[in-house]
Amino acid sequence: MDRDRIETVGLRWVRRLVIAVFLLVTAFPFYYMLVLSVRPIERLLLDPGSLVVGLGELTVETYTEVLRSTENGGQGFLTFLRNSGLVAVAATILTLVVAIPGAYAVSRLRFFGRRQVNVLFLAVYLFPSIVIAIPLFVIFTRAGLRGSLFGLILVYISQTLPVSVYMLKNYFETIPVSLEESAAIDGAGRLGIIRRVSLPLAAPSIMAVALYDFMIAWNEFLFALLFLVDKPNRWTVSLGLAQLADGVEVPKTVLMAGSVILTLPIVILFFASERLLTEGLTSGAEKG
Amino acid sequence: MTTTAPGTGRSPTRERPAPARRRGPLTLRQRESRAGLALVAPTLLVTIAVIGIPIVWTVVLAFQRVRLATLRKTGLFGEFTLDNIERVWNTPGFFDTLWTTVVYAVGSTAGSIVIGLAAALVVRRPFRGRTLVRASMLLPYVAPVVAVTFVWQVMLDPQLGIVNDWGRRFLGWDTPVAFLSQESTALATVIAFEAWRYFPFAFLFLLARLQAVPGELEEASRVDGATPTQRFRHILLPQLLPVIALLGVLRFIMTFNKFDDVYLLTGGAAGTEVVSVRVYEFLTARTDIGAAAAQAVVLAVVLVVFVAIYLRFFGGRRAD
Repeated sequence: MDRDRIETVGLRWVRRLVIAVFLLVTAFPFYYMLVLSVRPIERLLLDPGSLVVGLGELTVETYTEVLRSTENGGQGFLTFLRNSGLVAVAATILTLVVAIPGAYAVSRLRFFGRRQVNVLFLAVYLFPSIVIAIPLFVIFTRAGLRGSLFGLILVYISQTLPVSVYMLKNYFETIPVSLEESAAIDGAGRLGIIRRVSLPLAAPSIMAVALYDFMIAWNEFLFALLFLVDKPNRWTVSLGLAQLADGVEVPKTVLMAGSVILTLPIVILFFASERLLTEGLTSGAEKG
Repeated sequence: MTTTAPGTGRSPTRERPAPARRRGPLTLRQRESRAGLALVAPTLLVTIAVIGIPIVWTVVLAFQRVRLATLRKTGLFGEFTLDNIERVWNTPGFFDTLWTTVVYAVGSTAGSIVIGLAAALVVRRPFRGRTLVRASMLLPYVAPVVAVTFVWQVMLDPQLGIVNDWGRRFLGWDTPVAFLSQESTALATVIAFEAWRYFPFAFLFLLARLQAVPGELEEASRVDGATPTQRFRHILLPQLLPVIALLGVLRFIMTFNKFDDVYLLTGGAAGTEVVSVRVYEFLTARTDIGAAAAQAVVLAVVLVVFVAIYLRFFGGRRAD
């Protein structure tokens, strides 16, 4: 056998093995989360290495405790779910409204200062939340907006806006200019072109950006911690879960039930739109 | 871009301000420019309001003496002082923290790119179940950070974590390893977590690039007798290098400022305190806004260097 043959056959097996390892390493923590969340804590302490749940020990007690409202002795995650959903949806919508015109202009129209604006959008995309956090903390403390969900929505726009502009701009660039030109020849004005040609063509991409924004806002933790920590009834799921872990002895199984509740909406959204998102995330890559 | 002129009178008047009419019809180029400015203005204003001003303000705060208690009294342009910078410079631990941040950022960046490259190479060609494998590989990246850090914490827990249980049962460990709370392993564990969580990002970019490599290139080298590893080394790798460089800069920038992951995993204990966690501590526990801002500025300065590198080498191509 020559080297080529050995390598080809060898690599075929290495490849299968590596795929199996990847599948295991990426999916296992989520499986583990799920298994722990339906086991009673006593069983976990007795046998921490077990990965199967016996039918006899299956429990949903952990979930009822997490979801039950605090007045009834639970952890009040239903309220947190509502808060998270509200904040994420509002931030997504506002971000899109603000991002779409700007992204379109930067990708399509030649105007004074376009280059500078473009660079600015890119630079803020790379700027870290912790630097922005300090003055926002100061302003919000002064304006009394700390502890308000509306304030948090405003802050989330600072997280979602740069990446949305960046992604949308890349999408708009892929729409053939000739389509817009023929609409212009047919007498459509700029706004007409945007509304009738560009937006419908970019609809899947806008959807992808919306999903991405929703995920960012849903998963966000630092700003929720900074701005809402004193107001337990306004906590988002992420913050509520982190506080739960810090608080008085809460069984790990209950913590895992909370983690499942936090993760599930995102995983469902993700699998429902996997292709859309994968293509969306890499739209800039082919050019890079 | 547009060269054919449509009837000038038919364009919606909203695009141009009324006085322009008196000066006669605008050229197409002028109208494009106005439409562009009008459309970009709201986006630009909001960006400046929610990101631009806060960044500038952080710099201002870094040179002021501000504490949360005195906040209401301090004006935006109060006295300026180098006190914060000096204090931060002389506080014990700052340079250790900076060094930890560098190790953490470099380690996580390298780890995520190497794993991402391996992942991209193995799912490059179609096979049964590929969509599922690809989706599973993206899970760590899309899942909420709070949930995944907690699962890692529980998995690595010395008492009821599965890693220690199996380690003792199958690998013959004598005592449980407290991965996240002892100095010898904590930073490495946090880096491993980052590599795990962010390899999908590198994976997506590298996969997209791999699929754009022309098939003929590989065919030709195969005909010339290149073995699979040689084809990777001499055909694929040179094609991937620009993307790897781009990922290196992007991931470094993003990891260098990461707060959530370290804060949630270790709280900055056991030698894992990175600058952003320290900033948070100064801001909340010590309510010393000035010192927090000063450290954030150090962070931002490092960042500006890397953003400049990024824009210089990768941004320019797209800017026009």
